[in-house]
Amino acid sequence: MSKSLFDRINERSLSRRSFIKWSSAVTAPVIIGGIASETKIVDKVNAAGTVKASNEQILSTCSTINCGGRCLIRAHINDGVITRLSTDIKEDTFELPQLRACIRGRGYRQFVYNPDRLKYPMKRVGKRGEGKFERISWEEAIEYIAKELTRLTDKHGPASRYSNYSTGHSGSIIGAGNMIQKIFALTGGYLGYHNSYSSAQTSTATPYTYGTTQTGNTLNTLSDSKLIILWGHNPVETRWGVTDYYVKKAKETGVKVVVIDPRQSNTAVGLADEWIPILPTTDNAMMDAMQYVIISEKLYDKNFIDKYCVGFDEENMPEGVPQGESLVGYILGDKDGVAKTPEWAEKICKVPAETIRKLAREYATNKPSALLQGWGPQRQAFGEQFVRGGTVLAAITGNVGIRGGWASGSGYISLVKTTSVPKGTNPLGNLTIPCFLWTDAIVRGTEMGEKDGVKGLPEGQETLPSNIKAIFNLAGNALINQHSDCNKTAEILRNENLAELIVVSEIFMTPSAKFADILLPSNTFMERWDIGTTWAPSQHAILSQKCIENMYESKSDYEWLTMLAKKLGIEKEFTEGKSELDWVKWSIEESRKKDPHFPTFEEFKKQGIYQVSLENNAVIAFEKQIKDPENNKFETPSGKIEIFSKALWDMNNPEEIPAIPKYVASWEGPEDPLTKKYPLQLIGWHYKRRCHSTFDNNKWLEEAGPQVMWMNERDAKQRKIKDGERVRVYNDRGEVQMPVKITNRIIPGTVAIPQGAWWSPDDKGIDQRGNINTLTSQRPSPLAKGNPQHTNLVEVRKA
Amino acid sequence: MVQLGFFINNEYCNGCKACVIACKDKNDLEVGVNFRRVYENSEGDYVERDEAFIQNIQTFFTSISCNHCENPACVKGCPTGAMHKREEDGVVLVDQNKCVGCKYCIWNCPYGGPQYNEKIGKMTKCDFCIDLIDKGENPACVGACPMRALDYGPIDELRKKYGNVRDIKGLPSSSITEPNIVINANKYAK
Repeated sequence: MSKSLFDRINERSLSRRSFIKWSSAVTAPVIIGGIASETKIVDKVNAAGTVKASNEQILSTCSTINCGGRCLIRAHINDGVITRLSTDIKEDTFELPQLRACIRGRGYRQFVYNPDRLKYPMKRVGKRGEGKFERISWEEAIEYIAKELTRLTDKHGPASRYSNYSTGHSGSIIGAGNMIQKIFALTGGYLGYHNSYSSAQTSTATPYTYGTTQTGNTLNTLSDSKLIILWGHNPVETRWGVTDYYVKKAKETGVKVVVIDPRQSNTAVGLADEWIPILPTTDNAMMDAMQYVIISEKLYDKNFIDKYCVGFDEENMPEGVPQGESLVGYILGDKDGVAKTPEWAEKICKVPAETIRKLAREYATNKPSALLQGWGPQRQAFGEQFVRGGTVLAAITGNVGIRGGWASGSGYISLVKTTSVPKGTNPLGNLTIPCFLWTDAIVRGTEMGEKDGVKGLPEGQETLPSNIKAIFNLAGNALINQHSDCNKTAEILRNENLAELIVVSEIFMTPSAKFADILLPSNTFMERWDIGTTWAPSQHAILSQKCIENMYESKSDYEWLTMLAKKLGIEKEFTEGKSELDWVKWSIEESRKKDPHFPTFEEFKKQGIYQVSLENNAVIAFEKQIKDPENNKFETPSGKIEIFSKALWDMNNPEEIPAIPKYVASWEGPEDPLTKKYPLQLIGWHYKRRCHSTFDNNKWLEEAGPQVMWMNERDAKQRKIKDGERVRVYNDRGEVQMPVKITNRIIPGTVAIPQGAWWSPDDKGIDQRGNINTLTSQRPSPLAKGNPQHTNLVEVRKA
Repeated sequence: MVQLGFFINNEYCNGCKACVIACKDKNDLEVGVNFRRVYENSEGDYVERDEAFIQNIQTFFTSISCNHCENPACVKGCPTGAMHKREEDGVVLVDQNKCVGCKYCIWNCPYGGPQYNEKIGKMTKCDFCIDLIDKGENPACVGACPMRALDYGPIDELRKKYGNVRDIKGLPSSSITEPNIVINANKYAK
């Protein structure tokens, strides 16, 4: 709204009197601690004309949950209780947009003041996973953990100790997972992990094209594009900083936006000029066909390819590779006799040939154009191909390194760099497993080597020295809920002879919490200090201020890990004399050494945020390499953009890890013979109302976004299923029962369950809540060893 | 007298419901009580040609609260006079001392504006966040929208700025209550 309008409204000056009059009409119950108190309502209703002067304090903060937005939250605090939240209210400009909270951020009070919060430490009394616990003191909990940890380390060695991937409430610069690793490091070492559940395939595959994952531009450059393609990208729900805002701004200036997605996502509804539905796991068929159009109609940027790329055609291949392996060779079918035409692709991906042709022409001839890839489609069985396919489309059309273009791939960019608390050096070196394979490492760790993606094995050692015996799952739900195949995972965890110690810190009794031996109550971000930054592209950092005192007996992970360190005799080494707040101040000073504009602690407290203005400021990935290639090589082995990767070629697994991106027919894809038994493809998505599995128990958000499975009208009709009915969704790995939403916003042949619902098996092991991971597979992707959670076949019947 | 109204940019609403939850937080609303609501409207089907799917799916979202109407049906039908339209800004409010919770207003309002609060046995509704406006802030919903698709102000100003549309697909005819809203209609809502 314009300033003048504001002024006009203010000039009407609602008198104090009318404010008081309004207050007598207020109808809302006052909620303290999330519980509506009827006395309070009556008090308020009767209090007409006697409004007390407010002593409200407003602190700005930021959630450090693993959320793509990391918005600015202003907590309104009265007598130590947060009574309301508001969001960024600074002047809203294109260069410095407000960081407005989404539905999740607006619902934080129901998270912090949820009566179901874990209130004190507990010890398991039933069988593991049953969820039976007894209350113990913090001292008893620490005593038990220290004793068991020492016993297991003596027996199995330090490589048996593992901090499980967890990002739920793990914090930002002071990550709980990092801090337990610091304790491990100070007491002999640990088994680490690499990758993430979010981006394993893209973080691994993108560098094979570009030599780096830093392939994103600042978002203001989207307004300089002529066409924006969001491929499997749904920033309206996932939130990527303020990507949705900048796409809208681009659209307002006339930029065309195309969304490719099996679902007509909220992004497709709110921002797309055109939505192209596609079958999951077949993205590369469409990409191959787009390349066919671009190559056969000579729409590619020949100068760009000659100058910056390797592997396009037979003339610019690396040495030692036989004929017919170039991109052009593959696309035209020189070797396999199959030209990858739009008609060929249509049969696989269900996108009409003319739609593919049109988009290919639009993308290649409207330079600059931006192809942004979401991370959803890379979480499939051959997700590496999706990533590489996007980068090759960007490269052959010359959309790399120019304003308004986009290099595609992982898309990281960080304008604001924060400094994390160091976790010390692991005495076992950089011994890591892919984070997705931790259940394997419990069962068969001593058989796992390089072929399983294990890194950092010492010279002469081919496999891990130990299976995982002690698991610390701090502030995350990947112990079962967010990992694939819940039933298989539960079976592994229930066996107390495999993992002998499971320590979980949590805010609620989540599915992961139920598998704890020792369960510790964590505080929330409102009760601790930290610094938050967004997912890529990161343009800001926010001080996550402590707004209220720890509730119940809860502690931050750093607080109780300090107790554990003391018990183990390493408190000084662990804390280095610093509290959480001290570390935040330390981090700020370290960041200021690298970036003099980074605010001091006092400034940060006052302004809440450090946001880099995009006024006269644009970062474009690979701009230097394109402008001045002589002095700026790409960080690949050839120094060029590698359409053909010799490194991948040398892996000698062309069917699963081809040297150029290709459509690979996926197991549990539409071409798998298993479709006879399980004819529907199943995918998940990041639902607006949850941040992964966080907030599944938030009643406001459940009302706004109930847990339902999307199913197309045709598929429902065939099965005589009606909207809103409960259905059985099943495959060989398990069964889910949940309500269905019949909608044509999803392509026929595919169903979708929003990820993150809390796994709730009944007596028969049938999940009653709708957790997609009841049905997902633990089979990793070939190159990254990443999670393939959008690759599933299922059947659906009326429950 | 100035009449306050809302502007709804229907074109850019993506159904995120930040406005709904910001409103619930501001007003401490229980589940089932929503001063602002977002509705999905989706129509259309696929044409199957050879092996391809050609989609013709038309979806849009509409965010709506109380429209603080010119002729509020809720006020007309209220037997106690609790539901009233304020002189100075045309905001429709409930006087809690008069409301007996009979719910006639719910029956009369074609937009679902009045929201019954079981706990206090009285009607509640959007009060335009006049306390926030008083402090120079936006109403909670307007300040929440990540797409900046909501605005508010004197309705005359809004009409000058955004036009006169207030009838779109899915909403009742504006002739019933003369709602004080201006809508930039989504292409599928026209």
